[in-house]
Amino acid sequence: MDTDMDQIYQTDVGNLLAFNPNHRFPSTPSSREELVKECVTEGTKLVQAIADTLFNFPSTESVDGPLVQLPPPTTKLPREKHLPRPKPPTKWEEFALKKEAKKDKIVSDETTDKFKRRHGYDRVNDDNDIPVIEAKASDEPGEDPFAKRLDDKKKRVGKQEKNRLQNLKTAAKAGALPSHVQLAATALPISGTKTQPQKIGKDALGDVAGLAATSTASGGKFDKKLPGEKPPKKQGKHHKYLPVVPRYGWVDEEKEQTNKVLGKLLSKHSHEILNVGKAINMYNDKKEKKKSGRSDKLKPKKDITKKKPYANKAN
Amino acid sequence: MMEIRTPKTHKAKRVLEKRAPKLVENGKKTLILHGTKTSATVSSVLMELYRLKKGGAIKYSRRNENIRPFESGGETSLEFFSLKTDCSIFVYGSHSKKRPDNLVLGRMYDHHVYDLIEVGIENFKSLLSFSYDKKIAPHEGSKPFICFTGEGFENVQELKQLKEVLTDLFRGEVVENLNLTGLDRAYICTAVSPTKVFLTHCAIKLKKSGTIVPRIELVEVGPSMDLVIRRNRLPNEGLRKEAMKLSKDKPKKKVKNVDQDDVLGKLGRVYIPEQEVGKIPLPDKSKGVKRERREGKVKKNKEEGSASKKLKESE
Repeated sequence: MDTDMDQIYQTDVGNLLAFNPNHRFPSTPSSREELVKECVTEGTKLVQAIADTLFNFPSTESVDGPLVQLPPPTTKLPREKHLPRPKPPTKWEEFALKKEAKKDKIVSDETTDKFKRRHGYDRVNDDNDIPVIEAKASDEPGEDPFAKRLDDKKKRVGKQEKNRLQNLKTAAKAGALPSHVQLAATALPISGTKTQPQKIGKDALGDVAGLAATSTASGGKFDKKLPGEKPPKKQGKHHKYLPVVPRYGWVDEEKEQTNKVLGKLLSKHSHEILNVGKAINMYNDKKEKKKSGRSDKLKPKKDITKKKPYANKAN
Repeated sequence: MMEIRTPKTHKAKRVLEKRAPKLVENGKKTLILHGTKTSATVSSVLMELYRLKKGGAIKYSRRNENIRPFESGGETSLEFFSLKTDCSIFVYGSHSKKRPDNLVLGRMYDHHVYDLIEVGIENFKSLLSFSYDKKIAPHEGSKPFICFTGEGFENVQELKQLKEVLTDLFRGEVVENLNLTGLDRAYICTAVSPTKVFLTHCAIKLKKSGTIVPRIELVEVGPSMDLVIRRNRLPNEGLRKEAMKLSKDKPKKKVKNVDQDDVLGKLGRVYIPEQEVGKIPLPDKSKGVKRERREGKVKKNKEEGSASKKLKESE
């Protein structure tokens, strides 16, 4: 609070804020410039008031200039986010409270009478360190105790993961999930089976979409495409046709093609290319079929016994 | 079926921890948006606001047609952007026939709209139209003085809310140590009438005065505008109470290298760096230093001489 000409300002040094509640414009100022001038002069007084308190603070010298320690701000402003909520105790913590149990980081080792750490390098009861496991009477022959130990460990790890998930779920319910963890639903909770639904790949999806498109009246040609969807691949046989009219200055491709074939046929080594035997057989076959009147296409067999209605009339 | 997802990189983890709700919060960031239609004044106001708040503001340049802050359904897009950019204050500018040169200032709590205030801009003077000595131009990101003048800010509810919102907007980060040479800007807000506020931005000139406290002179550097209150929405009481909650306990600070012993009491550990014998600075045997020694010797002899004289006298 600063008294200055019967005016008391409300200052908040922590925010470098000053408020003069006692000012009012006596009459509407005649011009804009006068208004601006008056506002700036009032502002100067306020800034001077804050600076008075600021420069009187004990200052420490630093490389950039005198540093002053600001008091915490006094104006109440709303927070940005909620206050961090307390975490509900995990299952282990509840157990530890009840039984007053502790898990030390350094434990005494049984085999060597030393103190070793519980987890990490050179730990207590490491699976890799055991040279010999003595056989017991209850052991089955053919059972590998080392493999059994590894199996047990895997089960313990799986159980711990499940417990961790449960702890995180209770924390999420209380709104106190740790900031770097997210719980994501991977499958619908409705399904009864435990199998994960298979993820369909991009190509499979495209194929299915193509199938669905061909079932429409216009064969999927005028369907609205989603942004990013590729046009359908050409279905059916892929023919490559040569241009009918050769381009000016370019080689006549059709002519070239026929010349090539002729050349091969009429060349010296044509008997090596042309299988004369097969050609003769094909020719003979065709001739015979034509003679007998049989064709490849299936035709209904003519019944000789059936009489044509007007067949005899002509005679 | 839930899956635990944690960030795979340290950088991602640090970002998530920065954005998590904390006891002592980071400075609020501002999101600057355009509405469906913006006039030249509104776009320049938004651009200049962004420049004033350079370190802690994000400006989106596209039009947002589905954001209507005062309608119940029109806030979802805003809340999504606030979540993505971690911004708790937003400034939304638009222009229409009914509300020309409109600016909506709003705040978020937990990424949901907390309160809104709509102002119209009149008599806008841009940064570029002010001419001043370039040496006093305020630096980017410096902590500003904020000054409010006028009884309206205490009596009229809308102006009270505007005062709070403007403080939040211009405040920046809350700092403990302030460098006094870095104070170079001030925002002056004057309540001209119960519905109109004159806002301007000035640079500070420190002039010599007889005392430690320098004389303050304000020079308008712009922008300056008149804000006419239109609509507003206050936060509902329950939300306000929750947002204003202060946590009583201070953040725990780990005191390192201090132990409590039952017998000896408080014990501390001091770490001394290794003494590199080869790198110890040897005594300076340069000629200049030697002369001092000689002079010192001479002085000493003089004193001894006078002392011996005194002894003789006393005898």
